[in-house]
Amino acid sequence: MAIQTPSIDLGGTVSVLPSRSGVSRGYWQSVGRRLRRDPVTLICAAILILLVAAALLAPWLGLADPYKTSMLRRLNPIGSPNNLLGTDELGRDMLARLIYGGRLSLFMGVTPVACALLIGGFLGITAGFLGGRVNMLIMRTMDVFYAFPSVLLAISLSGAMGAGAENTLLALSLVFIPPICRVSESVTTQVRGFDFVDAAKASGASTLAIVRVHVLGNVLGPILVYATSLISVAIILAAGLSFLGLGVKPPEPEWGLMLNTLRQAIYVNPVLAALPGVMIFITSICFNLMSDGLRAAMDVKA
Amino acid sequence: MDSILPVSDRGGPAQPLLLASGLRKHFPVGGGLLGRGRKVVRAVDDLTISVAKGETLGVVGESGCGKSTVARLLIRLIKPDRGTMVLDGDPVDEPHGISVNELRRQVQMVFQDSYASLNPRLTIGETLAFAPKAHGVSAAEARARARDLLAKVGLDPESYAERYPHELSGGQRQRVNIARALALRPRLVILDEAVSALDKSVEAQVLNMLVDLKSEFGLTYVFISHDLNVVQYLSDRVLVMYLGKIVELGPVEAIYGNPLHPYTRALLSARPSMDPRKRTREAPIQGDPPNPIDPPSGCRFRTRCPFAEDICAAKEPLLAETAAQSVACHMRQPGSGHSKAEAA
Repeated sequence: MAIQTPSIDLGGTVSVLPSRSGVSRGYWQSVGRRLRRDPVTLICAAILILLVAAALLAPWLGLADPYKTSMLRRLNPIGSPNNLLGTDELGRDMLARLIYGGRLSLFMGVTPVACALLIGGFLGITAGFLGGRVNMLIMRTMDVFYAFPSVLLAISLSGAMGAGAENTLLALSLVFIPPICRVSESVTTQVRGFDFVDAAKASGASTLAIVRVHVLGNVLGPILVYATSLISVAIILAAGLSFLGLGVKPPEPEWGLMLNTLRQAIYVNPVLAALPGVMIFITSICFNLMSDGLRAAMDVKA
Repeated sequence: MDSILPVSDRGGPAQPLLLASGLRKHFPVGGGLLGRGRKVVRAVDDLTISVAKGETLGVVGESGCGKSTVARLLIRLIKPDRGTMVLDGDPVDEPHGISVNELRRQVQMVFQDSYASLNPRLTIGETLAFAPKAHGVSAAEARARARDLLAKVGLDPESYAERYPHELSGGQRQRVNIARALALRPRLVILDEAVSALDKSVEAQVLNMLVDLKSEFGLTYVFISHDLNVVQYLSDRVLVMYLGKIVELGPVEAIYGNPLHPYTRALLSARPSMDPRKRTREAPIQGDPPNPIDPPSGCRFRTRCPFAEDICAAKEPLLAETAAQSVACHMRQPGSGHSKAEAA
């Protein structure tokens, strides 16, 4: 890591480097600058903002009632008059249901990751910074969770606690704590090994001050990048649980549940039946690409 | 209100500033889950160091001889397995003594890797203000002090306080590290290979600055380096380490002018010389240092020493005083049983 830049050292005199205005760019400013130059990340962010805005503003967008069924207009194809994206197996407007469905699906993607980020991040940073027995205790406990495949763990937790959005959230949060904890622990352990942490310890500062000033600033970035990449997994897992009947209950619009109920229509109108899946795909790929872009932008060496 | 004033002298000039006796640190390596069958690296073994007020104590030795462990032990970044430390008459970390935190306020350290020892996310000003703030100095006062310190180490506060470490050269970063070590107004500064990574011209400037700072702030240095020339230039006394033990200790003139231990001699003759007639034709010592997990019995240097005899394997030589310096070698101890030793 000791990269000695071969620039001119002006020695004992009071010196100003040539061709530099005294203003220096901060780390996050340079990350922002690199992000703005990355078209893929910008497009993904724009799509996500659009999805979130549409979901939040759904009642004011002049959409049809997503709960209103009609036996006469079942499974209308895409492009029907009054139903831009057709209707589902109970004659409900697909466009409205897809946009309203985004409310629950996006919420189910972001919330468990945010909860897991708080708990797993705290545990991981504690384990990484303190090391020794504390580390052993926390990380071996996490290993127990790792013994189960995450999908299976989510299914069994949801199954045990019963269907419903709250239980799905809880199950998903628990599923994401161990991986976030593990990533937090490994980056914290790495940062703890740097001399600047030793220098801070040698200055007699409290552990809390050292963690706040010297550790958090260096580990939050990588942990956030990782957590962003988990959002798409959470959306897919939540959709999967709904599909299995363990998540959201009908008639609530939710992408995974819609995929489930529409599967009977797959021979009648396959494009229509795939629409909720397309939404899940677009959302998760946007989150993944954005996390990649964030990772690249935060790389100091880039 | 300045809450951290320099600590005044207490025991008078004759009392050592820092006296560490019987320091030992063994690092466990490998071993089973329950710690059975575990081996240890004997990084530092029963080392006694006394640092006088106002002096510069140079510490030299090969890579892996325990120099850096000594530095980290003296500032208590690692806890010794055994041994006591006394700072100007006050025992450290003992019921009637001073706390480790108080020790760290009076003893500071500069690390070798100038880049790794600065937080890449903080500006230089923030880095320098961190320690005073941690000791209760107000943010404004800490900022002002940071700018003072930058000026003291020859960096213009106006243009450097707001910069980030990656925008500085190696020499400038090491100046910042030195400034940080001075931020708490310490009495003793441990320089662990502090100039070793710098190129020669920058190294000379930083060394001269260290000399100036020493007299300005009344500092005491422990200067750890593998560069014998730099140690000779800066030190008053020199301590030669081999595999976690002191082999020779004395005034710089005695160590460089009349080295008594075969290891010191070998080290000094391994120095590159500017004189072509003094060209080194063969390596003064053969091979690598033995494994510190399982050091040789008796004298630890005997496996590479051209004068080793039976007594060297049987008995460990103690550090004994001669006229000018102390040396741990059977050849220098009358009646030790070595054929080159004087009769008792």
